[in-house]
Parts: sequence; C-alpha cells; structure tokens
Amino acid sequence: MNSHQGNFVRASMIEAAPAPIQTGGLAYWLRKNLFATPKDTALTIISLLVLAWLVPPAVQWLFIDAAWTGGGRGVCATVAQGGSQPDGWSGACWAFVNAKFDQFLFGRYPIEERWRPALVGILFILFLTPMLIPKVPYKNINAILLLVVLPILALILLPGGWFGLPFVETPLWGGLMVTLVLSFVGIAVSLPLGILLALGRRSTMPVIKMLCTFFIEVVRGIPLITVLFMASVMLPLFLPQGVTFDKFLRALIGVSFFASAYMAEVVRGGLQAIGKGQYEGADSLGLSYWQKMNLIVLPQALKLVIPGIVNTFIGLFKDTSLVSIIGMFDLLGIVRLNFSDANWASAVTPISGLIFAGFIFWLFCFGMSRYSGFMERVLDTSHKR
Amino acid sequence: MAIGVTTTPEKSKPSGSIMNDPQVRGIFYQVITVVILVALVYWIADNTIQNLKRANIASGYGFLNGRAGFDVGQSLIAYTSDSTYGRALVVGFFNTLLVAVTGIITATIIGFVVGIGRLSHNWLIAKLSLAYVEVFRNIPPLLVIFFWYSGVLAVLPQPRESAALPLNIFLNNRGIAFPKPVFGDGSQYVFYTFVIAVIASFFLARYARIKQEATGQRFPLLWTVLGLVIGLPLLAFLATGSPITFDVPVAGKFNLTGGSVIGPEFLSLFLALSFYTAAFIAEIVRAGIRGVSKGQSEAAHALGVRPGLTTRLVVVPQAMRIIIPPLTSQYLNLTKNSSLAIAIGYADLVAVGGTILNQTGQAIEVVSIWIIVYLSLSLTTSLLMNWFNARMALVER
Repeated sequence: MNSHQGNFVRASMIEAAPAPIQTGGLAYWLRKNLFATPKDTALTIISLLVLAWLVPPAVQWLFIDAAWTGGGRGVCATVAQGGSQPDGWSGACWAFVNAKFDQFLFGRYPIEERWRPALVGILFILFLTPMLIPKVPYKNINAILLLVVLPILALILLPGGWFGLPFVETPLWGGLMVTLVLSFVGIAVSLPLGILLALGRRSTMPVIKMLCTFFIEVVRGIPLITVLFMASVMLPLFLPQGVTFDKFLRALIGVSFFASAYMAEVVRGGLQAIGKGQYEGADSLGLSYWQKMNLIVLPQALKLVIPGIVNTFIGLFKDTSLVSIIGMFDLLGIVRLNFSDANWASAVTPISGLIFAGFIFWLFCFGMSRYSGFMERVLDTSHKR
Repeated sequence: MAIGVTTTPEKSKPSGSIMNDPQVRGIFYQVITVVILVALVYWIADNTIQNLKRANIASGYGFLNGRAGFDVGQSLIAYTSDSTYGRALVVGFFNTLLVAVTGIITATIIGFVVGIGRLSHNWLIAKLSLAYVEVFRNIPPLLVIFFWYSGVLAVLPQPRESAALPLNIFLNNRGIAFPKPVFGDGSQYVFYTFVIAVIASFFLARYARIKQEATGQRFPLLWTVLGLVIGLPLLAFLATGSPITFDVPVAGKFNLTGGSVIGPEFLSLFLALSFYTAAFIAEIVRAGIRGVSKGQSEAAHALGVRPGLTTRLVVVPQAMRIIIPPLTSQYLNLTKNSSLAIAIGYADLVAVGGTILNQTGQAIEVVSIWIIVYLSLSLTTSLLMNWFNARMALVER
C-alpha cells in the first residue's frame, strides 16, 4: 500500500499564506460586504449605477423641484399648461396636498364640526399609546377606556344628533377618519369573531363545525370587492321594505366579516399548535369549555400567532381602501376625488396625491409590523439560545 | 388506589339535570342553531322574493341570453356590443385569467430574485431587497394600481408623440404598442415541431434520470432541451421559408397604426399586482431558504458538490417544501386581487359583472356567478399546487 502513493497526496509543504491585511475598519467592511468576489463586485457596481440613475432624479423631483406652497394649479403647471413653472418642469405638487390636507383628514365633514373627529382622534392616541407600552400600569382601565368608552364617545360625537350636536350623515365622512374608523371597528370585531369561528371549526359538534368551515372557506375564496358588493347590493334585498342600513355600516359589516374569516384561520393555526395535554389538563381540573379556552388554551394560542394576527390587521387596514370602489371616500377615495378639482388639475397632481396617500398607508402598516415584532420579543417566554 | 371504592358505573344513577350531559347539551345547541338558521334563511328568502316582486325583477339566469349592449375594452374572444350577457361574462372571465396568469409568472420571478437578494452576502443587494419588500408590502394594492394608472401611464406622451423603445415598441398614454406576429402559410409546421420538441424533451428527461440513477453520469439536460425547444422550431421556420412575419406599429399623424396594443388598464393592473405580490413571495422564499438547515449545504460541500449544484440539488428542493403552501395562498391572493380591475375599468369578471348588475339589477345571480367562479378558481389552484407539493414532499419510508 505504501508504495502505491496516490497523486492526491501533497509531497511538499504549502507556502504560508500572508497574514490578513486588515480585519476591521471601513476598507475591510467594504471588501467583505461589497467586493468579496468578482460577482459581488459586479452586482455592487450595477446596483450603485441603478441607484445613481434613480435616486438623484427622485430627490430632485420629490424635494428640490417640488412646488411646496401655492393657491392653485398654477404653481404645479408649466407655462405651456397655463401655469407659472418653466417649460419642461416636473416636480411634486405638495401645494396640492397642503391645500387639501384638512379634506384628506376629515373628508367633507362640515368645517365647524371638525373638532369632533379631531377630539376622537386625540383621545384615540391618548388611550392607545399607554396601551401599547408594556410597562405602563392599569392595563384593565386602559382597555375599558379604549374598547368601551372610546367607541361610545365616537358613536356620540362622530354622527352627532345627540346633546345638541348637529347630525352629520356618513356620506359626508371621509379621508383618514373613515380609514381609521373602518379599520378600528374591523379589528375590534374580527378578532373576537375570528376566535369564535376558529373554535367553531374545531368544535366536536358537526353542525357548528360545518357551518363555520363553510363560512370561512367561502369568504376566503372570494375577493373582498365581491363581499363589499354583496353588502351594498344584496343586503338591502334581504331586509324587509323600509328597513335601510347606512352605506357606511354596510361596508363595515362587509369588511369585518371578511377579516374575521382570515382571522379564524390564523387563530386555528395557534389552536392546533397547543398540545393535547393542555386541553386534557384543563379537562381534568374540571374546567368548563369556556374556562378551558379562556384561561388555558387561548392565551397560549394567541401569543403564538401574534405575527399572523398583526398581518391580518395590516391586510385589513390596506383593504379598507377598497371601499372607495363602492363610492365611499376613505383616504384613497378622497385623494382621488380631488384629482378632478379643476383648481388643482395638472399633470403632476395625481401622482403627488397618490404618493402622499401611499406614505400615510405605509406609515401605519410599517408601524404595525414593527410593533408586532417588538411584542413578540416582549411576550417571548421560550428558552431561546 | 383504595380498594374499598365501589365500581358501580356512573350511568346507573343520573345525578342532576339531563342538561349536564355534554352529549345531550351538544345536540340541544345544534338543534337551536339549525332552527335559528332555518328561520333566518326563510326570513331572508321571503324578504328577497317580496323585494324582487316589488322591483319587477325576474329571478333566474335567463337574463344571460339578453343583449349586452356595452363594449369591452379588451377581449380575448370575439365580442361586440350585440353579444349576450353570458358571453360578456366569459370575456371577463378570460381577462381575469389572463391578468392572473401573467401576474403570477412575473410576481414569482421578481419574488424569487428579491427573496434570494435578501439573503445575499452583498450588503447593498440585501438592503435594496429589504427596501423593496418593506415598501410594497405596506401599501394597498389598489393604491399601487392607481399609481401606475393615473400617476405614470396617464401622463405619458400622446400617441403621436409616442416614446419609441427598441424592437419597434412604442409607449404612449394609450398603452404599449408592439409588433404583432402574423402567422402565414406553413407556420403550423413551426408549431408542430415545437410540440414534438417538448414531447422529446420529456422523454429525454426521463432517460437522463434513469441513466443517472444507473450509472451516476449526469446528462447535460438543460442545454439539450434548450437546443431542442428553440432549435427545432427555428429549423422548421427557416425550412418553410420564414412564414411568420411581424406587423410593426407605425407612427401615423394622430395615432399608431398596426401592431398589437396592450391598454393602460391591463398594464397598470398587471404591474401593480406583480410588484405587490412579489414582495410577499420574496419573504416566503427567504423563509424557505433559511428554513433549510445549514448542515445540508455543509454536507453537500463536504461531499465535494460544487456551490451551484448544492443550491440546485440540495437546498432548493428542500426549501420548496416550505415555500409551496404559502406560495399557493399568494397565488390565490393575486387572483382575487385581480378583481380590483373594476377600479380602473379593466374588463375582468367583476367589472363586467358590475356593469351587468347595474343594467339588469340581477344582483343575486351576478354575485352567485362571481362566488362560484372565484371559488372554483381557488379550488383548481389549490389542487394543482397540492399535487405539486405532494411531488415535492419528503418521501418517508
């Protein structure tokens, strides 16, 4: 065997490799993260070129060339289009957003009554902020304020008609206010309803199980827009003559039902992840069904699926923009409504308005997803490495 | 355990009310549910019949044979305003399918590229991919559609000032115009050879697999198949004397003439759905690849498998198991989101149905058609993806 030396065995010692030039500092970081291999270098250069091609014009368009103030379309149109900007100009029309800002917040809510939604909004922030910070005490009182007192106040203040407040009908509502009311109610309804549906789907009673499964699968199988159509066209058919629902309320029902089907599937995932021993343990303690669920199973199951629940919330928040299709003016709807304002019509108005609305939506959704990540870490009781 | 405890069964002496028996109680609850449900359905049906009678609307699907009387912007099958409502719905259905399928393909490609980009060692690529995902995931798809429709495509130049792109493609505010292939005599042979090439590739792939399992030698399958699928039709194309020509759009005085035009409605819907869904697919792909244990690729490297092959033969097949189920639901979401077409007037199933609903007032029938079609689409996609998933699943002994 010894005589039969394979040519894969090295006969001479390999030269000692030189010491690494640097293991820290900027140059090292650049070499490691951007120019590690020829392929990486090529990718980095291509990305940098794309960025150089995209970012400066975008900054120029969004900030430097943008029209920030002004009272009409003149500031956002070139001379050829009947405005005051030089020919060939293109920039964001923030003056439009500036002038319409109140409308984007409240829609066509009467100006002298706008303190009402503003007050509800301020109270909402006041009640929500301490709720979101885990360290703030008195969570019970806080929850009552947020989930009982605030909705009652909002029900009194927003439509009015009580205590000498003039009545403001819902077609006048609009803007971010509608988006937030729809999402808040949708979230507040869909979570408990979703939990009930999930429990129903896992029930041992065949009729209940079948009904819940049917509801969940049908709603999840069709687009939200058909659900909204159903709520706006078919609901009036189902009710006796003379009974009418407010359009806003119908949209609320549609959105809540839709979200609760998705919520049910998320919660079901959490329920399935809880070991059988937990159920049996609760049973052997003699707990009733609801005690078992409320005290043992749901607290564990819901904690597991926080990311999924928040994702459903985010989806619901984004989906509220669909009500603009059935003729309501949420944030997106009111922005689009203002495109047709002759005083502001210009080539850059639509895109400026849409970028603004997109930014607001993004802010809320991104905030929610960041908060869910934070909560996951706070509630984490597992023994992670 | 105490021995003295008697073992008389509990059943023999009923304690307390019969309502304490969970089985009886279960039946009781279910009976109540059924009774309430039947009453509710009866009440709703009664109201509906009354309302329909009052509004003079005949129920039933007879209206589908009526004359539609409205035009459709884009149609894959022959359609005029004299066609029936039923045909209009079929047109809408095909348009839904078109945007869903093209959107799914593009979203998958973008999503895989961005998802792999998020795992790149290159800091810049990883951060750019992250920015893409965080931007598009957190904006409503409807807003993205409007962004393309009224923000970008509407402010493109007029048709007579169309922006000319390479390959005779023109871009203007009425959409994108590109050369239309015209199939002359003999072009069917090109098609036949293409079909033959595909069938041959299938058998070649089987042969390659059997050969590799028997001898361990790898057959250069990819290049052979590419050569077959592209080369054979090309040969036939040249042999039959280039029967396929292109009808090139020409800039006229006011408009472009010739070529095919894709309208801005389809374009904005397609772009928005692709970009929006791609952000979600990217996250799924990232999770899938991260879900494959590092030991798998290390083991492959230890066996001397090259990095490219490691990815293709070891990492990707395992990652696909994690990726496919959530990917299916994203495909379904994209299909359902294509109903947002109604906001910009692309004639999909919901938009056409909405028009019919306004014209005829047949709310229940139209909504029921929507539900049936979307449910069957969902079911078909699920079945297909489940089949694919079963093929990919771990074969356990």
